Amino acid sequence: MNGASDAAGMADMVGTAGMTSTTSASNANRGNGTSVWDAVVGQPIVPALQQTVADASASLDGAPSGSMTHAWLFTGPPGSGRSVAAKAFAAALQCDSGGCGTCAECTDVRNGTHPDVAALVTEGLSIKISQVRELVPKAALRPARGRWQIVIVEDADRLGEDAADALLLSVEEPPDRTVWMLCAPTAEDIAPTIRSRCRVVQLRTPPSDAVATYLSTTEGIDKRTATFAARAAQGHIGRARALATDENARSRREEVLKLPFALDDLRQCLDAAASLVDAAKADAERHCDALDAREVDELKRALGAESTGRKPRNMDAAVKELEREQKLRRTRVQRDSIDRALIDVLALYRDVLMLQLGVRTELINDEMRASLDRLARNSRAESTLRRMEAIGQAREALMANAAPLLTLESMALTLREG
Amino acid sequence: MAARTVDPLVPVTLVVGPETLLAERAVAAVVRAARRAQPDADVSEVTGSEMTAGGLAEHTSPSLFATARVLVIHDVQNVPDAVGDALVAFAHEPVDDMYLVLVHPGGVKAKKLLERLRKAGVHEVKAERLTKADDQVSFVRSEVHHAGGRIDEAAARQLVEAVGGDLRTLASAASQLASDAPSGVVDQQLVGTYFEGRADVKGWVVADRAVEGKTGAAIEELRWALQTGTDPVLVIGALATALRTLARLSGAPRGVRDADLARDLGVPPWKIRILRGQLRGWTPAGLARAIRAVASADLAVKGGVNDSTHALTTALVRIDEARSG
Ligand SMILES: [Zn+2]
Repeated sequence: MNGASDAAGMADMVGTAGMTSTTSASNANRGNGTSVWDAVVGQPIVPALQQTVADASASLDGAPSGSMTHAWLFTGPPGSGRSVAAKAFAAALQCDSGGCGTCAECTDVRNGTHPDVAALVTEGLSIKISQVRELVPKAALRPARGRWQIVIVEDADRLGEDAADALLLSVEEPPDRTVWMLCAPTAEDIAPTIRSRCRVVQLRTPPSDAVATYLSTTEGIDKRTATFAARAAQGHIGRARALATDENARSRREEVLKLPFALDDLRQCLDAAASLVDAAKADAERHCDALDAREVDELKRALGAESTGRKPRNMDAAVKELEREQKLRRTRVQRDSIDRALIDVLALYRDVLMLQLGVRTELINDEMRASLDRLARNSRAESTLRRMEAIGQAREALMANAAPLLTLESMALTLREG
Repeated sequence: MAARTVDPLVPVTLVVGPETLLAERAVAAVVRAARRAQPDADVSEVTGSEMTAGGLAEHTSPSLFATARVLVIHDVQNVPDAVGDALVAFAHEPVDDMYLVLVHPGGVKAKKLLERLRKAGVHEVKAERLTKADDQVSFVRSEVHHAGGRIDEAAARQLVEAVGGDLRTLASAASQLASDAPSGVVDQQLVGTYFEGRADVKGWVVADRAVEGKTGAAIEELRWALQTGTDPVLVIGALATALRTLARLSGAPRGVRDADLARDLGVPPWKIRILRGQLRGWTPAGLARAIRAVASADLAVKGGVNDSTHALTTALVRIDEARSG
């Protein structure tokens, strides 16, 4: 299993929303001869994991445990399918035939109803210590039905210090049949004390042809759309699915890709920056408004459950705290949305650079080749490189919490100058 | 204030104009006068769209009890035609002890009705926006005066410059200044002290000096602002906004009306003249460089540099170079 961590370091990408739910829906349409591993797209690490599943199965009959261990850390860039991989691994461990995809064990894991597979999913900015405290006793149980007691922590990078401490003991000395699976973008996102107990499974950004094949074979998307979406999403599976199925996502992207063509003067640059920020705000509203309201409702109901119509005293403080977290989440969603747009613009300039350098390669934005040609002819490779650098700097600045509008204005002005 | 100097208790008062503060005051003046005349005066408020001819008749028919009644109709431009006719009829032949206040936000809607009411000789109170700085200054002076204080022209002007032209803000600032002033005299020093609590104001001062090319003054203001606890992020925000606004103004097509320009730039109309003055001496390329300098300062401050004074001073120097370069 050392192979897992060695396969590292070949990645580079973003975002992950909606992945698990869509996967389970689509898997329902599967024919025979498939397996839970089909959902793990373009990952050379899969055979090693399958070997582990075999070792694990043998260990249950008294053989040495081989590459099987009690704590796993799935890392990989957003969109590479960390939690999908963890779920596939979980199903394969529970299944009698290594993840057939059709038996009750596989089906229940996929649907999230398996009694011996718990998943901690958070919409919040951080995983609360109370959530961890609920999980830890569960992890101490013997499996009720399956072979292993499995606990998956998605977004383990959001474990706060206390929450990580609460988790540590259980991860350090788990009961015999318990398996922890944590998911995070990189191993560095996890507290070293926990990280050192885990075996790392490093996923990579899947190649776009693998994503296209996955979209067309398992999700029934027509080949042309699948190819376009996979190419445009640059290996981000969730994003590819969105581009393939959501008209709104496609038109958003088209809007964004107009940006390099509308930087003629100062005002246009400022407008371009403003429209990126506005669109991100709209994204954040779509994502957060209903969710925020629901969370506040739930909190109020939870706090008021025992009381008889009177407002509990700690209610206001609790609601305020929740709203503070929601605000941070909104900021994050907004930042992610801007980042996605910048990745698209960056890809456009990469295409331009390829054209300028005369490299024969598939363009990410092949459908706009004519405009790209024009852009390529009207500038030089060095200025394209400078532009790409400006976008990279803007992305870094935004991750460092720089003011979004100002950062994008500065970027647009640099793009204009070249 | 017209509403304060005319005896407001007339059968029909027409309040016309978009400035809601003035409109509210005109309405309140009538209500107050009616209550002064008859403490148990009956006051109802409705909006034009919900008023029916029958409802109006109910309100305006002579009362069995000799109680004064005030009926305020907001958004009178939305009344059905029949109600409009009834209002005009009432204006010609008022009922004793019945006072109508008709509030119209200005604009062309129901213009005919306004004309007919005016012909009937109703009392009209204007609630126009005060867009000229001079009018805002006199507004401040009269507010302070009504609150029992005194303020000279310079101090009033300083207040307008600090808080902008929003009448509500000006009115509440004026009343607070008047009540806080020792012996009622509001001077420039007091205005300055009053606004020390408003952290963003200092950022704006720095930004204004910077874009005007008064870099020395800007740096002094900056040091003072940071020493007195202004968050560097606020200064950066003010610099970014000031430069962004100038950049947008510089790119605005010629011949656009000031009012439209103001709406487009998101500033009060009186600010346009000041902005034009600030724009002198800038080129588009210079503005672009200046914006980028502020973005670098923002990143430096957010990235946790030890010395945000240095990061911001650097930005001010670069803005200066961008302006003269
Ligand atoms: Zn199975």
